[in-house]
Amino acid sequence: MTIQELDAIRKAKHDLIQVRRVVREEGEKLAAKTGYRKQVLVCGGTGCTSSHSMQVIDQLEKSLKEHKINDVLIVKTGCFGLCSLGPIMIVYPEGAFYAQMTPEHVKTVVEKHLVKGGEIVKDLLYQGTVLKDGSIIPFAETPFYKKQMRIALRNCGVIAPEDIEEAIAAGDYEAIEKVLTGMTPDDVINEMLASGLRGRGGAGFPTGRKWAFAKASQGEIKYVCCNADEGDPGAFMDRSVLEGDPHCVLEAMTIAGYAIGAHQGYIYVRAEYPVAVQRLKIAIDQAHQYGLLGENILGLGFDFDIEIRLGAGAFVCGEETALMTSIEGHRGEPRPRPPFPAVKGLFGKPTILNNVETWANVNPIITKGAAWYSSIGTETSKGTKVFALGGKITNVGLVEVPMGTTLREIVEEIGGGIPDGKKFKAAQTGGPSGGCIPASCIDTPIDYDSLLAIGSMMGSGGMIILDEDTCMVDISKFYLEFTADESCGKCTPCRIGTKRLLQLLTKITEGKGEPEDIVKIEELASHMKSSSLCALGQSAPNPVLSTLRYFRNEYEEHINEKKCEAGVCKAMLSYSIDKDKCIGCGLCAKNCPVGAISKTTYVAQGHKLPSLEIDGAKCIKCGVCMGNCKFKAISRK
Amino acid sequence: MKNCAALGTKEQLTKLKNVIESSKDTPGCLMHILQEAQAIYGYLPLEVQKVIAEGLGISLSEVYGVVTFYSQFSLKPKGKYRISVCLGTACYVKGSDKILEEVEKQLGIKCGECTEDGLFSIDSCRCVGACGLAPVMMVNEEVYGKLEPSKIKGILDSYREAK
Repeated sequence: MTIQELDAIRKAKHDLIQVRRVVREEGEKLAAKTGYRKQVLVCGGTGCTSSHSMQVIDQLEKSLKEHKINDVLIVKTGCFGLCSLGPIMIVYPEGAFYAQMTPEHVKTVVEKHLVKGGEIVKDLLYQGTVLKDGSIIPFAETPFYKKQMRIALRNCGVIAPEDIEEAIAAGDYEAIEKVLTGMTPDDVINEMLASGLRGRGGAGFPTGRKWAFAKASQGEIKYVCCNADEGDPGAFMDRSVLEGDPHCVLEAMTIAGYAIGAHQGYIYVRAEYPVAVQRLKIAIDQAHQYGLLGENILGLGFDFDIEIRLGAGAFVCGEETALMTSIEGHRGEPRPRPPFPAVKGLFGKPTILNNVETWANVNPIITKGAAWYSSIGTETSKGTKVFALGGKITNVGLVEVPMGTTLREIVEEIGGGIPDGKKFKAAQTGGPSGGCIPASCIDTPIDYDSLLAIGSMMGSGGMIILDEDTCMVDISKFYLEFTADESCGKCTPCRIGTKRLLQLLTKITEGKGEPEDIVKIEELASHMKSSSLCALGQSAPNPVLSTLRYFRNEYEEHINEKKCEAGVCKAMLSYSIDKDKCIGCGLCAKNCPVGAISKTTYVAQGHKLPSLEIDGAKCIKCGVCMGNCKFKAISRK
Repeated sequence: MKNCAALGTKEQLTKLKNVIESSKDTPGCLMHILQEAQAIYGYLPLEVQKVIAEGLGISLSEVYGVVTFYSQFSLKPKGKYRISVCLGTACYVKGSDKILEEVEKQLGIKCGECTEDGLFSIDSCRCVGACGLAPVMMVNEEVYGKLEPSKIKGILDSYREAK
C-alpha cells in the first residue's frame, strides 16, 4: 500500500469514526454524511463478553432484520472502561449509554429507539447519564469519564479492532508514515527522550533512554519485544489495549525497530488472554495485507515483522530477562544484569522490551509532538496512566488519568466511592510488588516518585480498593502466598525468603504470633530486598513492609490481643447469639453447614420460642448464620 | 505396550509429529510445541514429552524442566469440564476463597484434583481479567461472574445434566 492509498482510507472512513467522538448536533450532521443513521457500539472486550455481550450482538442483528432496518451499523469494539456495568452498548450520534443489556432489552431498544423517529429508552440507560430532572447527559460528561484523559486508550471502545481500516481512520499508522517519510532514527529517539515517557510496566525507566542504548549497541541483528504478560492479578490494562486497539502496538514496535535498527519483533502475551491473542493475530494478518508490516513498509524501504509468543502461566516472566529466556523456549528464569538487554538480550542480541501501555503512547507522541505530551502530568512523570480499578469500589473498570491526579479523585469521583456505605481503608497499587496507600495519604498525587516515597509503587496499574472489612495482615499473606508460589526458585533469598515470610504471616493470622515475629519479618524483608536476583524477590516483601508501616497496630492486635478487627482471620473469631434478641425462628440452625446451632430452654421476654445457641467446638466460623439472621441477634468477636 | 496407551490414537500421534516437524526450525519452538501437544492430548504425559525430546534432539530433562516450570502445563489428565476459580486480588477481596471452598465441597475433591468419573477437575488461576465481574470462575472457556457460594450447585448441575 502507498501513502496515497493510506490517506484515501483515512478520508473515506473519517466521518464514520468521528461520529463516535462528538455527540449531539455535530454528531448528527456528521452521521447524515456517513450513510448510517445510527451506529450501535457493543463492547467485545473480555469483561463484557464474559457477561454475554455476544448474545447482545446476535439479538441486535436479528431484531434489526425483523424491523427491516438497514441504516444502522453494528460495531464490535474493545473495552469502554465501565466493566461492572457490562454488557455495554452505546448508540451514536446521541451517545446513549445502555448498561447491563440482555437480549430482551435489545429488543426494546430496537423497537423504541433504533426505528426511525425512535427515542432513547431512559430506563435502560446507565443511570449515571440520567439527571434528576430527567434530562440525559452524554456519558463523557458523567463523573466516571469526565476526569479521565484517554491517550493510551484513545481508540478503545471507539473502533472495531478487527477492522484495520477503522484503526487507520482513527489515527493508527499516522505516526509510522511521519517517521518513515521525514524522521531519522535519531530524530525518533530524541522525540521519545523529550516526551519524558517512562515505562508503564512498573519500574518507570525512561523509554527514550532504553531505545538510545539499544541503538548505540553494535550488531546486525536486534530485536524489539512487547511485554504483554500482564501477571499482576487484578490488572487488565494491557489486555484492554490489545483487545481494543491492537494496531497501535504493532505500529509502535515498528517505529522502535526503525529507531534502533531492528527488523523483527516479538509480542509475549499471556495464554490466559484468548480474545487479545485472537485480535492480535487478526491485526498482524491485516497489517501484512495492507503493507503496513513485513517487507518494504508503505513502499518506503523499511522491513519489519512481528511474531506472537504465548506465555504459559508464570508471573516471573514479566521480568525482562525471564521473559526473553521464555521466548527462547526455556524455563523462564531471570539472569543477572548487566549485561542489560539493550546490549545482550533475546537470543544474545541487543533488544528493547516495553510493555503494551508504553507502546500505546508512542503514536500520540510522534504525531502530536513531545512538547504536547510533556505538558501533561507532573515534573518527573509525564503523560497519563491507565489503572484497572477493582475491589471494593462502585465503578469497577478501566480508567486513564493524567499523572498527578490524586487518589481521592480516583476513588471518590471517578470510582464513585465505596459501596454499601463502608469506609475507605486503603488502595493497593503495584500488586504483589507494591504496597498499600492508607486513607491518611488519600491526597497524594499519583506519580512514580510520590508513590515510592509513601512506600508503594506505580506498578503496572492494578489498583485494588480495600474497605474496613479487609484485614491488612491477611492481605499481606495473600500476596506472599502468590509470590511464594510464583518464585522461580533460582536464587535463595527469594525461594526461601518468600516461604519463611509466608510462614510468619500464617502464624500471626492463626493467632499464634509472638511479639518478636515483627522484628523477624523486618529483618528477613531487608535481606530479600538487598540480595534477591530479580525484581520479583526484591519487591516481594513490599506488601508486608507497607502494611507494617501504616497498619502496624493491626499486626500488634493480632499478636498481642489475638484479635482481628476486620473479622477475617477465622482462628481469632467467635460467633455468639444474643439470647434476648433471638426470637427462636431457627433460620440460622437450618443453614448451619455443621449443625453447630441448637435450641436452649431460655425464652426471652416478649418472645414465644426459646432462643438458640452456638456450640463453639463445632463452629467452623463460616459466618452463614450471621448473614441469615434478620434480627441482628448474632455477633462476631 | 504401556507407552502406546499414553500416546493415544494414531491420529493424535501423527498430529503431534506434524507439529514437531513443522515448528522444529523456529528458534524457541519448545513452548509452542508443548502448547499444541497439550491441546491434542489434554495433558502432557511423560511419553508425549519423550516424543517431543526425540523430535527436537534435546534431552527429556530439558523438556520436563519446561513443562514443570509453567503452571499451564499439566502432567495429569484434567476433567471434561475444567473448573478454574480465580484467586486474583480483585476476586479475593470479594470472597473468591469461599467460592473455591464451595466448589470443593460440592465435588468432594480438592483444588488440583479430578473427580473419579473424569467429569470435573478444579484448579485455581490468577486473574482472567474479568475483574469487573468479581468473583469469577471459568468452566472450560465459559466465564461465570458475580458469583456467590449459593450459585455454585446450580452451575455444576447444569454441566452434570449436559454430560
